[in-house]
Amino acid sequence: MLKLPIYLDNNATTPMDPRVLEAMLPYFTEQFGNAASRNHPFGWQAEEAVDYAREQIAQLINCDPKEIIFTSGATESDNLAIKGVYEMYAQKGNHIITATTEHKAVLDTCKHLEKQGARVTYLQVNEEGLINLEELEAAMTPQTILVAIMYGNNEIGVLQDIRAISAIAKKHGALFFSDATQAVGKVPVDVIADGIDLMAFTGHKMYGPKGIGALYVRRKNPRVKVTAQMDGGGHERGMRSGTLNVPGIVGLGKACELARLEMESDTARISVMRDRLEKELLTLEESYVNGSREHRLPHVTNISFKYVEGEGLMMGVKDLAVSSGSACTSASLEPSYVLKALGLSDDLAHSSLRFGLSRFTTDEQIDYAINHVKEAVTKLREMSPLWEMFKEGIDLNSIEWAEH
Amino acid sequence: MAYSDKVIDHYSNPRNVGTLDKSKKNVGTGLVGAPECGDVMRLQIEVDEATNVITDAKFKTFGCGSAIASSSLATEWLKGKSVDEALNIDNMEIVEELALPPVKIHCSVLAEDAIKAAINDYRVKNGLPELEAAKSHH
Repeated sequence: MLKLPIYLDNNATTPMDPRVLEAMLPYFTEQFGNAASRNHPFGWQAEEAVDYAREQIAQLINCDPKEIIFTSGATESDNLAIKGVYEMYAQKGNHIITATTEHKAVLDTCKHLEKQGARVTYLQVNEEGLINLEELEAAMTPQTILVAIMYGNNEIGVLQDIRAISAIAKKHGALFFSDATQAVGKVPVDVIADGIDLMAFTGHKMYGPKGIGALYVRRKNPRVKVTAQMDGGGHERGMRSGTLNVPGIVGLGKACELARLEMESDTARISVMRDRLEKELLTLEESYVNGSREHRLPHVTNISFKYVEGEGLMMGVKDLAVSSGSACTSASLEPSYVLKALGLSDDLAHSSLRFGLSRFTTDEQIDYAINHVKEAVTKLREMSPLWEMFKEGIDLNSIEWAEH
Repeated sequence: MAYSDKVIDHYSNPRNVGTLDKSKKNVGTGLVGAPECGDVMRLQIEVDEATNVITDAKFKTFGCGSAIASSSLATEWLKGKSVDEALNIDNMEIVEELALPPVKIHCSVLAEDAIKAAINDYRVKNGLPELEAAKSHH
């Protein structure tokens, strides 16, 4: 029997892989030591486990284990990278370049720095969700210290041209930071080949635990430093104080190892399911995929169903755990700023659903999801005055709507 | 968002979804809301001109579950009422009946607006003066 609701919101968080849990468990009880305790075996065991995890992580992203700074998650990593670089490189300049479709943890950090004197350029994206490399190049100045562009977008899954972006940053002497929260563990990420100087990622988006993340900080060519954002014991090479979350770190390490070993086979399976889901849902009239289909994470699709309202649609697909492009909690609806940045109208942004598949998604679940969404959209359209007008050939823009 | 059982019932089994012939003189049509606000309601009434009683009511709504339920409920209440009685339907009665939370009160307001707009359309078609209150909520 199929268990309902079906979880297809894996860009929000993933279930933990049982193998990750198994690896973590001893570190809550028997091996509970503080990795910073240098005087007894409890501490040594913990430190050994942390060092092993660092290696597992380093292998996945092709870096040196010493270049991994553990944090509480991607939001903290984003803050540490951007604020840390801003403070550390203040003498060189105060200009940061980012994009309008970044995660709030990046955008709000930049806004915070603007109040402190930073100059921030927010690059627009095209209808595919990609930044324009010429605009990036044109925005570079001698004061530009950091280019912060995400690897894969959380709402639409679009993958930026990371290698081209990092090359432009390097050419102009700026550091390149990438929030790779959605990409690490899903697509091959190689900080050397990709030219990344700092990179944020987290455990719970790749079948690891919540509350543990990392910031990759390059140690040579160039040697990058960030100012610590918390004062304390000087852990993590002085960049992030606080007793290490040993079970979490062990879990993140195991999750990275599994990703390295299974990414290829996972992706092959998941992308076939994603493509089938997408193809079937696009047989519904007036449905559109948001963002580039070519440059995209393998497990995500974001589809707008025109003439159907997002919250009503969410209610109609109650057997699915998905997320909508509409953050409707009050009379004033706020459509997704990412979808708006692609140029979508408010109503189309409201009518979108994001499907995020995982290693644990089955064909049977996808079959169910396809039928369930088709039924809900069809039913809601039969109830929609806008759909009726569309079918009658009435241009909705020609109507004088009473705004409320 | 937790919906009340009544909202879920109206959403799952909407009453009176459909379209009346708007070209008929005894049919009044109200179209309120805007697509970019996430709610559009179309409510129609058919009136027995001899008795002034609403004999049929239909709706189509683009919106959230509460908006669909509010308009579905409105059509149920309209049928059998005289046009004058229908004018007395207050949005707070809809809020109460469907147990709408504060953030969804606007759905009931929209339903009341739709009722008034439909009645107004009927009145204008039949040479009666326009209602003053028809646009009161905007």
